[in-house]
Amino acid sequence: MTQLHDITIKDIDVLVIGGGTAGPMAAITAKEKDPKATVMLLEKANVKRSGAISMGMDGLNNAVIPGHATPEQYTKEITIANDGIVLQKGVLEYAERSFDMIQKLDKWGVYFQKDETGEYDVKKVHHLGTYVLPMPEGHNIKKILYRRLRRNRVEVENRYQAVRLLKDSEGIVSGCIAVGTRDAEVIVIRAKAVVLCTGAAGRIGLPASGYLYGTYENPTNCGDGHSMAYHVGAELSGLECYQINPLLKDYNGPACAYVTGPLGGYTANANGDRFIECDYWSGQMMMEFYNELQSGNGPVFLKLDHLAEETIQEIEQVLHTNERPSRGRFHDGRGNDYRTKMVEMHISEIGFCAGHSASGVWVNEKGETTVPGLYGAGDMASIPHSYMLGAFVYGEICGENAVTFASDRTVPQLDEEFILQERDRILAPLRRDDGIPPNQFEYKIRRLVNDYLQPPKITRKMDIGLQRLKDMQQDIPYLYARDPHELLRANEAQHVLDCALMAAQASMYRQESRWGLYHHYVDHPETNNEDWFCHVQLYKDEQEQMACKKRPVDPYVIELDEEEKTAYQRMRIQKVS
Amino acid sequence: MPTATQITMVPVVVDNEKCIADKGCRTCIDVCPLDVLWIDEKTGKAHMRYDECWYCMPCEADCPTDAVTVNIPYLLR
Ligand SMILES: Cc1cc2nc3c(=O)[nH]c(=O)nc-3n(C[C@H](O)[C@H](O)[C@H](O)COP(=O)(O)OP(=O)(O)OC[C@H]3O[C@@H](n4cnc5c(N)ncnc54)[C@H](O)[C@@H]3O)c2cc1C
Repeated sequence: MTQLHDITIKDIDVLVIGGGTAGPMAAITAKEKDPKATVMLLEKANVKRSGAISMGMDGLNNAVIPGHATPEQYTKEITIANDGIVLQKGVLEYAERSFDMIQKLDKWGVYFQKDETGEYDVKKVHHLGTYVLPMPEGHNIKKILYRRLRRNRVEVENRYQAVRLLKDSEGIVSGCIAVGTRDAEVIVIRAKAVVLCTGAAGRIGLPASGYLYGTYENPTNCGDGHSMAYHVGAELSGLECYQINPLLKDYNGPACAYVTGPLGGYTANANGDRFIECDYWSGQMMMEFYNELQSGNGPVFLKLDHLAEETIQEIEQVLHTNERPSRGRFHDGRGNDYRTKMVEMHISEIGFCAGHSASGVWVNEKGETTVPGLYGAGDMASIPHSYMLGAFVYGEICGENAVTFASDRTVPQLDEEFILQERDRILAPLRRDDGIPPNQFEYKIRRLVNDYLQPPKITRKMDIGLQRLKDMQQDIPYLYARDPHELLRANEAQHVLDCALMAAQASMYRQESRWGLYHHYVDHPETNNEDWFCHVQLYKDEQEQMACKKRPVDPYVIELDEEEKTAYQRMRIQKVS
Repeated sequence: MPTATQITMVPVVVDNEKCIADKGCRTCIDVCPLDVLWIDEKTGKAHMRYDECWYCMPCEADCPTDAVTVNIPYLLR
């Protein structure tokens, strides 16, 4: 270990940032591929219980299993659900590796539901194909990953927040600066390749409850990775295609099309009628949800009260023990019983998440970002609708490619001046005696996001929102933290601000409407394929300003027929509308 | 820019009779994704120091003595 003044420098071959879902898989894979390589998994929390699957998971939302679906079918469905704007090669790569990953996890001890004949018990939830595989024992998943990390001797460093990425004089990523969340120690991890697996940006919008941490996403995932990628010069993509989910009102947990749908539950309006054809989460589905909420038929509910007692017990068993187990407690507090009452649902706050939507740091089918030496997997990278299995598959892809990249590289040079300057910037809030507390700063950003940036998007409003957010950049030097924990929040809040600015810029750039509610732009209500059948890439330009540009959609590897293209436009049930 | 300290009711409750943090246990503190559980200097027991909870429940599920209860935050209840 070397020192740079008071900063410890740790050398490693492959650095994986974020030890939730994709991260452990990337680290394990890198080590399996090259056992001599040194691999570090850096985690803001503790890898034992971190990320979206901290308590487990209810099922695979997008399993491509022979006999039920083909990679080609899946790629088509995801292309259609994303109104055509996808890197098909990236989706197909996932789909082709999806079954091998299921078998690998199965071998590791993850239990997937099987039918009487021992075959995987796959359910239909999507509009066209069949891809949902339940995991009734899904609460073991983190333990299983942890065992693999230990067995493969991955170096785990918990309770460090990565704050900035480093690059060498040739522009190749060379590690990161991180800060201890309990002691505010600044360290440098010098690495020959970096894999970002920092999850979604789930703290951009404010939940309707007003509770900053009552988000859909695990709130540790606040866009650190998005911000770090932006500052190191990587392109982000599809940020205007927000993640917005149909959730329980106030609880903000999934209302669970995936769990209850196959058992007969559905989304209903106040009259108890179905109004959407398909509960699979898409922008088009969310648009119908939004329309129903605004109409005289609102609010919207999860309807289970017509189901048999055994079915309800089965649903409770899954929903109240695996993924978000406090949900049963929430219902008890309100006197909600699935047997007797429909449960009120609502629309979540906005966020960036490729896992459910299509917004994130741009990566190709090799997991490469646009900056050499930097890879990305999971909810923060741009492969759409990838969910948990996508995080595992791209974690694996990035692990393989990053360790190969690292093996061809010598130890990179560090930019000392940059590191010292960043250290001072990162620690500044601790050095003040008063100022703006991070929670107030963050609340204000997120309140502005709700007021001005969430759909329906309106130019004049987004102009005001953007200006107010830019004004808040002037407040950063006044951020005040009393202890290392508040410093963590102060650094996170600055990343939340970056993400809010990105949401505004990308939304205003794409002058059309697309993806249903996700980019419902009132000033440009129609989809305009002539001008906007393209990705929107956001990046830092030469003047260090946030800029956007178009990126053509790569030629499809799997063609769609005309009828299929509009399948997701026909979400509304005809008799009710 | 002077500041004030405001009071807030926290969702995670630790039963001091059952908690063995004073004997060196750190389980709930270790597993919390948001790092909001700390040792109370006065009692040596675990407590929720920051009202920043995702009510995700590893602290309750992993506690070896069943000392931890996660409630839904008041604003959501
Ligand atoms: C409530 C909920 C229910 C879901 N249900 C399902 C389901 O039933 N089926 C399904 O297939 N998918 C489901 N998903 C989606 C799936 O869980 C995610 O797509 C997947 O787990 C994302 O993996 P990830 O590795 O990208 O992120 P995560 O697993 O969230 O990991 C990100 C990690 O990065 C860490 N981190 C963040 N910033 C930093 C930093 N600066 N420095 C160090 N570490 C950092 C975080 O602490 C976290 O551990 C659900 C998601 C949620 C939130």
